[in-house]
Amino acid sequence: MNGDDTGTVMTDALGTAARPATAPPPAARGRAPRGVRLWRGLTPWLFLAAPLALLITFTYAPVANMIAYSFTDWDGVSPDLHYTGAENYVELFTRPELFQVFFVSGYYLAASVVQIAVALYFATILSFDVRFRNFFKGVLFFPYLVNGVAIGFVFLYFFQDGGTLDSVLGLFGHHSDRAWLGTSVSANTSLAGVSVWRYTGLNFVLFLGAIQSIPGELYEASELDGAHRWHQFRYIVLPGIKPVLSLSVILSVSGSLSAFDVPFIMTGGATGTETFVIQTVKLAFQFNKTGLASAAAVVLLLIILAVTWVQRRLVPDDKVDLV
Amino acid sequence: MTLPGTTPAGRRRAARSLTYLSLAVASVVVLLPLAVVLLTSLKSSKEMADGSGALALPDDFLNFHNYVTAFRDGGMPAAFGNTAFILLFSVTGTVIIGSMAAYAIDRFTFRFKKLVVALFLIATLVPGVTTQVATFQIVDRFGLFDTRWAPIVLYMGTDIVSIYIFLQFVRSIPVSLDEAARLDGANAFTIYWKIILPLLRPAVATVVIVKGITVYNDFYLPFLYMPSEDLGVISTSLFRFKGPFGAHWETISAGAVLVILPTLIVFLFLQRFIYNGFTRGATK
Repeated sequence: MNGDDTGTVMTDALGTAARPATAPPPAARGRAPRGVRLWRGLTPWLFLAAPLALLITFTYAPVANMIAYSFTDWDGVSPDLHYTGAENYVELFTRPELFQVFFVSGYYLAASVVQIAVALYFATILSFDVRFRNFFKGVLFFPYLVNGVAIGFVFLYFFQDGGTLDSVLGLFGHHSDRAWLGTSVSANTSLAGVSVWRYTGLNFVLFLGAIQSIPGELYEASELDGAHRWHQFRYIVLPGIKPVLSLSVILSVSGSLSAFDVPFIMTGGATGTETFVIQTVKLAFQFNKTGLASAAAVVLLLIILAVTWVQRRLVPDDKVDLV
Repeated sequence: MTLPGTTPAGRRRAARSLTYLSLAVASVVVLLPLAVVLLTSLKSSKEMADGSGALALPDDFLNFHNYVTAFRDGGMPAAFGNTAFILLFSVTGTVIIGSMAAYAIDRFTFRFKKLVVALFLIATLVPGVTTQVATFQIVDRFGLFDTRWAPIVLYMGTDIVSIYIFLQFVRSIPVSLDEAARLDGANAFTIYWKIILPLLRPAVATVVIVKGITVYNDFYLPFLYMPSEDLGVISTSLFRFKGPFGAHWETISAGAVLVILPTLIVFLFLQRFIYNGFTRGATK
């Protein structure tokens, strides 16, 4: 076996050539007796047994099963199930109430545009010298660490009649008796707002890290050339954070399709706020429609794979390859 | 006559104040909803009913009555116990499994290595939330449903990001160390245990923090796999506040604060590690 060759492919596949690929791994060489050689051949598998077993059992087997279930009418409990062809998929795309979840994702998608813009703005500001920088950084990031159920309650109270939002508006002399979570548009906008509150911090810290890893000389040189802040942002910062930016886009898309805990806690999917995951969970575990739920999950998986694929075509950067 | 903001210096000053203004606004937006919940948690049910509004300060800042109710009637001790149990096993498991996989992939050449690496790579593309419909059946068949082991094995088995974090670090450990140990008669397991694992300490710290916070905050898996009330973790126990404490916002708020507080403390003490950890976790 050619150890060198595999080594090179490996590093390429993983995108980061942190170590020169020329050093052959120790196990590849040596003219040891047969038993020892066999033992050595076995060693990596002993290390890999548990990780691989878990990987296959809890990632690949479910995906395979899910695809199989999606072509049946199985209810998840009874021993009999019938092959129904593509019926579940047809149902998924023709029943408007099932299809509606995609429009809900639209709100979260729009929210993530706001979120990325806000995160980018604050990351840029805080990459310069600002007083209380660590404090602001901590404040902006902290919501990302807060428990989703707690966030759900915090904002349930926030949007409640006479709650935080109404009281703050009252301070400015605006008295409304509007039920923020009462109509579909208002409820989804509110929930999308919560999502901005919660996730901006992660994007912000990712951007900040990327901006700070841009060498300072670049700014100094550009200043000598008479560049403005905007020019610096456009020609130095933006290209420097491109990989992280594209990563954020991907995370946002899959995040907005798989939004679950905050809407589930705040509205339970009522008033037209049901997301894809809430619907799938309900179909599978409340209405025992495992077949249909599997079809929905397969569609979601395909969308996310497609988005990832498009992103990698557009931004073929090895840094984001590992995600 | 020069208006402020027309001279370069004036403009810079205006930009500076705008910067601070936007930061102040953002801080209020982030902190106000949390602060109000903290205030609410200190109010009595009578204060809640008198219509003084959400922003009113509590009469007694030391009124911890709601915390007692939330802690005792909300089953918080059991919830923290279950969360701690799950945290301990899933984080330890993730560290051991991730570092073993990384060691095997980086330090050995073996048949089907490319296939194994591809399996791990492709798995990162499959979001866990999508596959639970089918994962549920498998967990159920192992008899793990409604036990604390269901989330534990799932947290351990589906964390490929940790494997990558470990892989980065294993790569940076010189192979000559392994070789020297091998010449001294150490076998692969001794090398892993005595040399690789101790040198992976920064990676272990990263994984422990990121994984720990993720597990602590997760609602989806405990909600799906542990419906029994006595198996509530902090997320699901807090979620159950919705029923019995329905309109008692002061108790619900106290529960929320109890859940947020440990995160805040950990964050204040480990800030730097947390930033690095999440940056690494997301980009590697």
